Amino acid sequence: MSFQQQLQLYPQNEIIQRITTTTSQQIDRALQQQRLNIEDFSALLSPNITDKQLELMAERAHRITRQRFGRTILLYAPLYLSNECFNGCKYCGFNADNKFLRKTLTMIEIEREAKILRSQGFRHMLLLTGEAPKVAGIEYLEGAVKIIKEFCGSVSIEVFPMDTDGYRRMVTAGVDGLTLYQETYDPELYQQLHPYGPKSDYNYRLEAPERAGQAGMRRIGVGSLLGLGNSLSDVFYSGLHALYLARKFWRTQVTLSFPRICPADGGFQPNTIVDDRQLTQFICAMRLLIPDAGLVLSTRENAELRDNLLPLGITQMSAGSCTAPGGYGEEDKDAEQFSISDERSPAEVESLLKSRGYEAVWKDWDGAFLNKAAND
Amino acid sequence: MDHLIIAGRKFNSRLLVGTGKFSSNQAMVTAMENSACEIVTVALRRVDIDNPEDSLLSHINLDRYLLLPNTSGARDAEEAVRLARLARAAGCEPWVKLEVTPDPYYLLPDPIETLKAAEILVKEGFIVLPYMPADPVLARHLEEVGTATVMPLGAPIGTNRGLRTRDHIAIIIEQANVPVIVDAGLGAPSHAAEAMEMGADAVLVNTALADTTDPALMAQAFRKGVEAGREAYLAGLGGQRLQAEASSPLTGFLRND
Repeated sequence: MSFQQQLQLYPQNEIIQRITTTTSQQIDRALQQQRLNIEDFSALLSPNITDKQLELMAERAHRITRQRFGRTILLYAPLYLSNECFNGCKYCGFNADNKFLRKTLTMIEIEREAKILRSQGFRHMLLLTGEAPKVAGIEYLEGAVKIIKEFCGSVSIEVFPMDTDGYRRMVTAGVDGLTLYQETYDPELYQQLHPYGPKSDYNYRLEAPERAGQAGMRRIGVGSLLGLGNSLSDVFYSGLHALYLARKFWRTQVTLSFPRICPADGGFQPNTIVDDRQLTQFICAMRLLIPDAGLVLSTRENAELRDNLLPLGITQMSAGSCTAPGGYGEEDKDAEQFSISDERSPAEVESLLKSRGYEAVWKDWDGAFLNKAAND
Repeated sequence: MDHLIIAGRKFNSRLLVGTGKFSSNQAMVTAMENSACEIVTVALRRVDIDNPEDSLLSHINLDRYLLLPNTSGARDAEEAVRLARLARAAGCEPWVKLEVTPDPYYLLPDPIETLKAAEILVKEGFIVLPYMPADPVLARHLEEVGTATVMPLGAPIGTNRGLRTRDHIAIIIEQANVPVIVDAGLGAPSHAAEAMEMGADAVLVNTALADTTDPALMAQAFRKGVEAGREAYLAGLGGQRLQAEASSPLTGFLRND
């Protein structure tokens, strides 16, 4: 069964109904389970959760994370390669309607950026582009990965969805991780938010993580952009999606992220607000659902909240991020995709981690690992 | 003197320590010292093995500890073999803790790929200590291809659940001609003692030390657990019987002249 078919078994209105009518007893019961099933997970997303129940859930999430991942946090850096894009995503700064100078890094500029990040200590880099296949397509990425590999161990991509063969090319080039958010799992809202461009194809995006799994990608990250649609159902479906991928591609590690929408050029206002309490609840519930998933927190969130969320299930963080292509090496930064909230340098984040009893992990990958694409 | 002997090399300590998951390198070093271990294992993927100034490696005193690089993160035999070769090329001794764990969730060892990799590495002159499922037949295969030890798991890595595979480990110990080191899943000194009482030659712990508020104290506790278990094994535990033994044996008359 494809994930698209599985999704049909959980209609959105029923899911929202179930989550919002969860009783306190159901939450208690879910909190007592050794291993959560998807019903328990939905109970733990409930807005009816009491402070006491949330505290219990946080304690469990903390314990599980510490046991499984230790007192360590992996640090990575986003590297924006291009902001050229043919999509009209209404919430995104790279939206094709936004008029600003578009930029795609040359191979020389990529090398400069990678060098800077390496000198800051980064060995795990996440490459980002918009969707403009002619200037920043698969071939361009292959070239970029080749250069960046010289400076870091692990390369992940957060770009446009590809077909299976495209993902095989990425794996072979040396990419070991994919991040691809569905943004919202609500098909109607998705259509409204992505009115034109290749991204308007909901199903092609939905099934991209499976194609990456088939291609042998080692890590696959999913999630939804919180603030677009109903966050209860979107987080529920993100968990369902991650579980599906983990079961189907048993050699692949799933990661999840909880990006809350940030102000971007174009002035998009969030449809829904996820407050700090609810974000905390989502992170803890996800940790209990998938104890071994990597949970990612980016610099979208402010320093204080990031510090507080640290022990509750987070396993990796970005630091010192810049969301404009070329932004690490240039004084004069071009348009950013969104403005970050935690502006501390990587070294500052590392010393903060230390003061909180955590070891920053810069390298969790080795050149000896082969990037072997899988065949069907 | 009771020594652990692996591939002809003598060790006083029967406790091996992993270096992952600690909150700081200092916490790791103190735990290592208090455990009195002589063998420490390091994930090659976490360090720059050819750089003596690597932030983790620089904390390990190589005069005191045998550095046992491990291949964790390898998904198949080929990757594990490449990792081991790179470590040796960087100047490490040819010892390797072989870990092939394609499943990123429970990190369970892949029996097929582990055996494949072990065979290749032994032929290339490595001293191979393989992490393996507690399968007595696999233990025999590994021994046949020439591994220096077998390292069956007590429970999945990091679970602290103790000797869940106890019955199979007992068979492995009974049949082994190489040291049996129980690896993974030991969460308390009593678990370590239990393995040693059964006749395991050594144990390896990591999470149980790293995941506590006082790794130094826990390391000391594990040292004592291992020593107590070993001494009990050497002394010979009283056999357990289902029924109380009759004080006047029923067959005693046979010996009454």
